[in-house]
Amino acid sequence: MQKLKQFIKSFSLWELLKGLKLTGRFFFSRKVTIQYPEEKTPMSPRFRGIHAQRRYPNGEERCIACKLCEAVCPALAITIEAEPREDGSRRTTLYDIDLFKCVYCGLCEEVCPVDAIVLTGAHDYHMENRGENILTKEKLLAIGDKYEAEIAKARAEDAPYR
Amino acid sequence: MSDIEIEIDGQKCLAKPNAMVIQVADEAGIYIPRFCYHKHLSVAANCRMCLVEVEKSPKTLPACATPVMPGMKVFTKTPKALAAQKAVMEFLLINHPLDCPICDQGGECELQDLSLGYGAANSFYLEGKRSVADKDIGPLIETEMTRCIQCTRCVRFGAEIAGMRELGATGRGEHMEIGTYIDHAMKSEVSANVIDICPVGALTSKPFRFTARAWELQQFPSISAHDCLGSNTYTQTRTGVVMRVVPHENAKINETWISDRDRFSYEALYHVDRINTPLIKINGSWQEVEWPVALEFAVKGLQKVLEKHGPEQIGALASPNSTLEEFYLLQKLMRALGTSNVDHRLRQTDFSDQENTDIFTKIDFNISELQHSNAILLVGSNIQKEQPIAGLHVRKAALNNAKVMAINLMDYPFNFSVAEKSIVASDEIVFRLAGITKALMTSTDSAVEHMAVTLANVVSSDNDVLMAQHLLAGEKACIILGNIAFNHPQSATIRSLAHTIAKLSSSRVAFLTEGANAAGAWLVGAVPNATSTVKKGLDAQAQLSEKLKAYILMNVEPDGDCANPVMARKALKSADFVVSLSLFSDAMINDDADVILPMTPATETSGTFVNAAGTWQTFNGVATPFASSRPAWKILRVLGNLLHCQGFDFNSSEEVQAEIKLNLEENFSSQTVAHSLSAKDFVKPSAEKLYRVGGIPIYSVDSLVRRAHALQIAQSVIEGDVAVVRLHTKTAERLQLKEGMKVRVKQKVGEEILPVMFDDSLHERNVYIAGGISASAGLSELFGEVEINKL
Repeated sequence: MQKLKQFIKSFSLWELLKGLKLTGRFFFSRKVTIQYPEEKTPMSPRFRGIHAQRRYPNGEERCIACKLCEAVCPALAITIEAEPREDGSRRTTLYDIDLFKCVYCGLCEEVCPVDAIVLTGAHDYHMENRGENILTKEKLLAIGDKYEAEIAKARAEDAPYR
Repeated sequence: MSDIEIEIDGQKCLAKPNAMVIQVADEAGIYIPRFCYHKHLSVAANCRMCLVEVEKSPKTLPACATPVMPGMKVFTKTPKALAAQKAVMEFLLINHPLDCPICDQGGECELQDLSLGYGAANSFYLEGKRSVADKDIGPLIETEMTRCIQCTRCVRFGAEIAGMRELGATGRGEHMEIGTYIDHAMKSEVSANVIDICPVGALTSKPFRFTARAWELQQFPSISAHDCLGSNTYTQTRTGVVMRVVPHENAKINETWISDRDRFSYEALYHVDRINTPLIKINGSWQEVEWPVALEFAVKGLQKVLEKHGPEQIGALASPNSTLEEFYLLQKLMRALGTSNVDHRLRQTDFSDQENTDIFTKIDFNISELQHSNAILLVGSNIQKEQPIAGLHVRKAALNNAKVMAINLMDYPFNFSVAEKSIVASDEIVFRLAGITKALMTSTDSAVEHMAVTLANVVSSDNDVLMAQHLLAGEKACIILGNIAFNHPQSATIRSLAHTIAKLSSSRVAFLTEGANAAGAWLVGAVPNATSTVKKGLDAQAQLSEKLKAYILMNVEPDGDCANPVMARKALKSADFVVSLSLFSDAMINDDADVILPMTPATETSGTFVNAAGTWQTFNGVATPFASSRPAWKILRVLGNLLHCQGFDFNSSEEVQAEIKLNLEENFSSQTVAHSLSAKDFVKPSAEKLYRVGGIPIYSVDSLVRRAHALQIAQSVIEGDVAVVRLHTKTAERLQLKEGMKVRVKQKVGEEILPVMFDDSLHERNVYIAGGISASAGLSELFGEVEINKL
């Protein structure tokens, strides 16, 4: 009896049909695949992508070299040197983030008293040469300038929950 | 009175009568929060943070101002006490800007720490906060007066410890401000201690401003290398780089204070002048080379001189700030080569007693015990500038009604009151000391051998008699010889008389010498007469005046460090070969040396300093040696090996120290024989001559402080313009000179053109021309006759 069942199943391609049933179900269901990079999935305002340094609307950099981000960073990815600027204000002379060390935990952003260092939504970046993994102050400010609208929007969206 | 027993938080404590509750609690290890209380300052009780509950008291009481009573029961953590402390904290935070992220005190702030424990999460205060304009109080201290919580620790420090009421409070209530009344820079030589005692970020260090955070710094105990006290400090580094220096409490030496010189000299460590690599001079031009090449070059040069002229033609001069190990190896090297030409007394000129006094006279008490002396005689000492911390102890003694007396060449504006003073011409110091000796001999009826004959011509002045009486009356009397006494041309006589006076009045003698380790140099024999077995060598001045063929210099900048820059320049010019172990590139060294071996300062090498009280203080190298510089003991070790000298196989400075300790009793026996004086020492010189007084300005004492930027600015604030000739108004009148006029100053071989400044604190026959600075480098010795001519 067992042998007969086996015989019919193998000749009626029953296993194949079983497989096709699954295929068919997904064939007619709603699609989740998108055409990246032309299409992108919606993203949380809390997404933690590449870092940026922000400026105030008048163009002044926000960072005041308090070094809290350097202290809180669990991966020791941030290096800061500071000294008084010509106008006497406290500013960084060096602000490096090593992207290879960074674990994107976002603690630097949490701890920043002036919302200077932020993690943006930008995640599609790459490096081709050695040394490009170091985000210098200039690079960070440039990223900040580029994404300021998105950064500000994301912060505003998340503000009620903070 | 017997001790009182009280109870704090259920713990039984024994307290001295009149002690405050907070002192007892501190001793018992019970913490009571506080801002205005400081153990070395008077009680102000104005912050109210230390409120505690006391049994049977209806209200909470400030622990810092509540004396203990028998059977008292204090509770520091009851709801009532905590509520009071929290309420005080809320008031303190009303006007505090809470700008911790940009405040240098952040991370080491007492207000920040306590607000974590006693502060509320939210403030109910919605009104505007007060703001206070910042004051400019000099190059060392940065102010941010809005942060001030008016604890008045800085005001009390100035009034009680530093002896200069520079800071004070104006206005009342919310309008109270701390400031200098009239805008001026602080002139105290210990002013920067207010940075440490300020519990908030109102007073912070200007050179350190914004460069590092407290939590990034590693802290290592070290010893300050600028005066003979050996103040204990903490050197704080980040990634092997010295970031700042703060005091390390040592009740025997510096309590909790350090001088500004010790605190800010670190600024020079990374000065542009610092030498990176070994340099050799080939055909008159400097070339950067590797260590083996430079050492080989140095050894070849020395060997050539050895072969041609013999070891007696090699001289070695070392800075008195060198470590014990460096001194030991340098003298060992020189003696192994066959000469005793080694010395550290660069600014001294009178060595006539060195044959007799085998060992340096160390103070036989702790430096801080100076404050318990009841009669102090300062001889040729501007103690407040030379050893600022010792100055504080003398000041404390003066406040305890000690008679402080001074025999000086100019009337220094001390921060303590001087009971008797003799301001004398440079050649009269010995007469005043002789006068005191004579007065003592008369009053005690004791005869010292030969003294009666020697001092036959000496007449005691009224002042001398008074001083003698004070010394006799003082149970713990002390005679302090300062830098001027040592650099003076009659230094040996001064030392001898000081010992005689001490013997007659049963007081103690304190040698407060230049440099951090002069005592150590004597101890290990970095002097030409150290051992009786080896033949004597040449002293520092003779080495230069004899024009030897080769010199080994250790951290010596002849222009600033030698008594006679002109003679030093000539000697180095005429030498065949000069090896210089240097920290910084220096014009004269660059011109005249043949090899420059970059050595490290005390922060970058391990070693030992022996202070004036004979205390050995060993420290470790706390920072990474700069570029390819090496500790001097390592350089000397390799030089010894390359010159085939025996016994230079040391692996660490500890091994060197062990050998020093082993040899100490064998070789450098201590036998103090008084220098014998003769009547011809006391022949009155002509009364017409003008004498130079070559004091070293406070921040020009050694190669490091001369390059510390902030200190140099501070020096011009404290000392005014140092590149001048200072004269008494009457002297100037006699010479028909006007203030600001340029004059030609002639001294033996050298001459300089300098502007005139009137200074009535000088004796009429003394002319103050500072040494250790480039403006006076054209003159010869620090003391001696000068001629002043109009241009």
